[in-house]
Amino acid sequence: MLFEPTLRRVGAVAIAALMLGTAPAALFAETPADTLVIASAIDDIVSLDPHEAYEFSGLDVVNNAYDGLVEINPETLALEPGLAESWSVAEDGMTYTFKMKAGLTFSSGNPVRAEDAAFSLQRAVKLNKTPAFILNQFGWSIENVDTMITGAGDTLTIKVDKPYAPTFLYNCLTAGVASIVDAEVVKANEVVTDGVGDMANEWLKTNSAGTGAYILKSFKPNEGYVLEARPGYWRGDAKIAKVFMQHVPEAATERLQLEKGDIDIARTLTPVDVDGMRANADVTIQEDVGGQVYYLAFNQKNENYKNAKFLDAMRWAIDYQGMADTIMKGAAVPHQAFLPKGYLGALDDLPYALDVEKAKALLAESGIAAPKIKLSVRNAADRMDVAQSIQNTFGQVGIEVELSVGEGADQLKEYRARLHDATLQTWGPDYPDPNTNSSTFAENPDNSDAANNTGYLAWRNAYDPGEMTAASKAAVLEQDPAKRVEMYAALQIKHRETSPFILMFQQARQTGVRANVKGFYTGGAVDAVAYWLVTK
Amino acid sequence: MTSTPIPAAAPRAWQLLRQIGNTGVTLLVTFLGLLAVTFFISRIVPTDPVMSILGERATAAQIADTRAKLGLDEPMLKQFGIYVANTLQGDLGTSIRTREPVLQEVLERFPATLELATLATILGVLFGVPAGVIAAAKPGSLFDQTVRLVGLMGYSMPIFWLGLMGLLLFYGHLGWVGGPGRLDPVYQMALDFEMTQYTGMIMLDTALNGNWDAFANAFSHIILPSGLLAYISMAYIARMTRSFMMNELGQEYITTARVKGMPERRVIWVHALKNVMVPLITVIALSYAGLLEGAVLTETIFAWPGLGSYITDALLVADMPAVLGGTIVVGVAYIGLNMLSDLLYRLVDPRARV
Repeated sequence: MLFEPTLRRVGAVAIAALMLGTAPAALFAETPADTLVIASAIDDIVSLDPHEAYEFSGLDVVNNAYDGLVEINPETLALEPGLAESWSVAEDGMTYTFKMKAGLTFSSGNPVRAEDAAFSLQRAVKLNKTPAFILNQFGWSIENVDTMITGAGDTLTIKVDKPYAPTFLYNCLTAGVASIVDAEVVKANEVVTDGVGDMANEWLKTNSAGTGAYILKSFKPNEGYVLEARPGYWRGDAKIAKVFMQHVPEAATERLQLEKGDIDIARTLTPVDVDGMRANADVTIQEDVGGQVYYLAFNQKNENYKNAKFLDAMRWAIDYQGMADTIMKGAAVPHQAFLPKGYLGALDDLPYALDVEKAKALLAESGIAAPKIKLSVRNAADRMDVAQSIQNTFGQVGIEVELSVGEGADQLKEYRARLHDATLQTWGPDYPDPNTNSSTFAENPDNSDAANNTGYLAWRNAYDPGEMTAASKAAVLEQDPAKRVEMYAALQIKHRETSPFILMFQQARQTGVRANVKGFYTGGAVDAVAYWLVTK
Repeated sequence: MTSTPIPAAAPRAWQLLRQIGNTGVTLLVTFLGLLAVTFFISRIVPTDPVMSILGERATAAQIADTRAKLGLDEPMLKQFGIYVANTLQGDLGTSIRTREPVLQEVLERFPATLELATLATILGVLFGVPAGVIAAAKPGSLFDQTVRLVGLMGYSMPIFWLGLMGLLLFYGHLGWVGGPGRLDPVYQMALDFEMTQYTGMIMLDTALNGNWDAFANAFSHIILPSGLLAYISMAYIARMTRSFMMNELGQEYITTARVKGMPERRVIWVHALKNVMVPLITVIALSYAGLLEGAVLTETIFAWPGLGSYITDALLVADMPAVLGGTIVVGVAYIGLNMLSDLLYRLVDPRARV
């Protein structure tokens, strides 16, 4: 008696509210024509300051809000002039002169000057955030960068400490950390605490001050961001006025939104979701590669892993194609060299395939009887499946594999301390130049424990690459681009035939795109997304 | 012999003061206990926050430097002392991953969870209490069996599966509700750029701004996840209400009321229900607190930027200040709800006022 009439009223209100609430959902099933709506897991973003951003999702924003002196063409992935019109290198190979393009402006309306370019590169070094090391490779430091990089009028002068391969510098200048920011706006937004300025680092986490096709309008961590096109972009105005990124961590949810038409692009789909959508005419699946490589590494503190025949036996005891087809299902493709496809000097031949008999013969030749391997693998589903496949095929050859499954951070700690026996790992390149992977896979200047050179994957596996260290260092100084390509090709061949690394796969990306959306370029292995070419 | 009468107000005031004092001490001890438990658990978990910050490329010198900066090389008790002092001053530290103040981040995420949990609890109570009462009034009836079955399903079905199926049916096929997230992009942009955000709770904010289209859109987005949580909450509340009512309906005063010829509706809905309110309030408060803790899976499936997903994301990258900050806010919510239920006891039960 007390509740029933109330309940009736509440019920009526609830139903009315439900009807009221559901009507707009039906009305707005399509995304707005001038807005590109994307769903992706973007919880990796730490900062959107171009000189701090170092995560995939953050670099996507940087690539659309900023430009560098040198750029990567989103369609061809070739180097092309960015904010610099032309450049030259002095005969000693240590002084570069960049001539800035005339008439370009930042989103604030300020003109782009050589002073802005110098200020930006100096800021990236002085800010000293994670990606600063990409620039510091050229001998720049907080102390000397003001004299090494100078700008006046339309000319920027860059000095480096060694005669590096010019392509090494150009490639590094395409990285997000080399983005050019509006010096005036940055200075105006600096916050000084206890006498120390933050160089607008805090402000740039949620604002932008670049020359890019888009302006960052808002960013909420783990929720999303909004970009708004600016008129007069030097590469041609963006076709889509707004980009709305929604953080959706669950792939099945993304698929549902895409099929329903509530989003235009789904970026973190699983192979299962992709398979399920292949028959949907409203959705196309765009496939291209990412930069990460999957590899097995064997710690040479175990003498067995110095045995060339044994290593060779293992290379022939892996079902590369089978795993790509049944486990990776489009999330990775077979790849057997340390440079990912898309990089200068990358090899895309596949010399190894599963051959149990050949592997058995090589194992017999190695003289190692009944070998046992303890393979460390992180507790992720795809990694465990790959490890089990390896356990199976190695078992057929006569190599016993014990899996040691653990949390990723713990495995990394063990790996960095050289305490593993064998490990299944991935490696993502740091910047779009071959030196990024060559220096870690094929260089090890000091193999002693005391050196603690954890940054070198070769060191982590107690592997002394011998003359390859010098060859890799020489490749980064090679002035002739064609010869540099040959040097990396030779290095990779030698590395895969002699090192205790077995490169197996390269990451592949599968993006779900509504059929009416065209011109979405992900940047492949070397660059980030370009939104300004998208039409719908 | 004469005696001086003691003024009645004095002992009452004294009693009240003592009660406030007791509650204050209990709260402080509970809060310190909460801080101690969360702190020491965070220190014994095997994940290394330094590796999380610096990543795979870090050098040994960088690792040592960062460890010192975070104070991780200090003795454990000293670390705890600093932590308690900071927390009491409202400083929950800085997130290791985003380098933003944890308090600010938690306060940004909490309204989303609060909105979701509150609506879910309201729905859970609106449906759960009457269902439990009716089931208890007619034990063994078809209604009773249905309530028990529905309750059992609510308990046993994985919320992950229920959420995805709910999305598939109501959003994917029928189009009755909005999709994941708190608003459609067009309204989200309107909210971000054209409206004042007073509370962080979107339904309230859109209503306060008078944007009823956005309000309706927010409702269409929240109704499915909150309905799902309400279902789980309702299953629990209905089961407990049924059990309390069954017990109450067997009491002698109920028999007396019936013998007196009081209408059965009045016996059940007024007399019996009133007497189960005290334990029921505890049940509802616990269920609400459980939802405030963040329905992690629901938030993940529905891309709901709440506290549950915040704590989980932080845990996955060993961002311990964020985990601790989130946990403390949840703990404070628990303590607050406990106090609130204490207050409500006094309202519904005259004996508790003595």
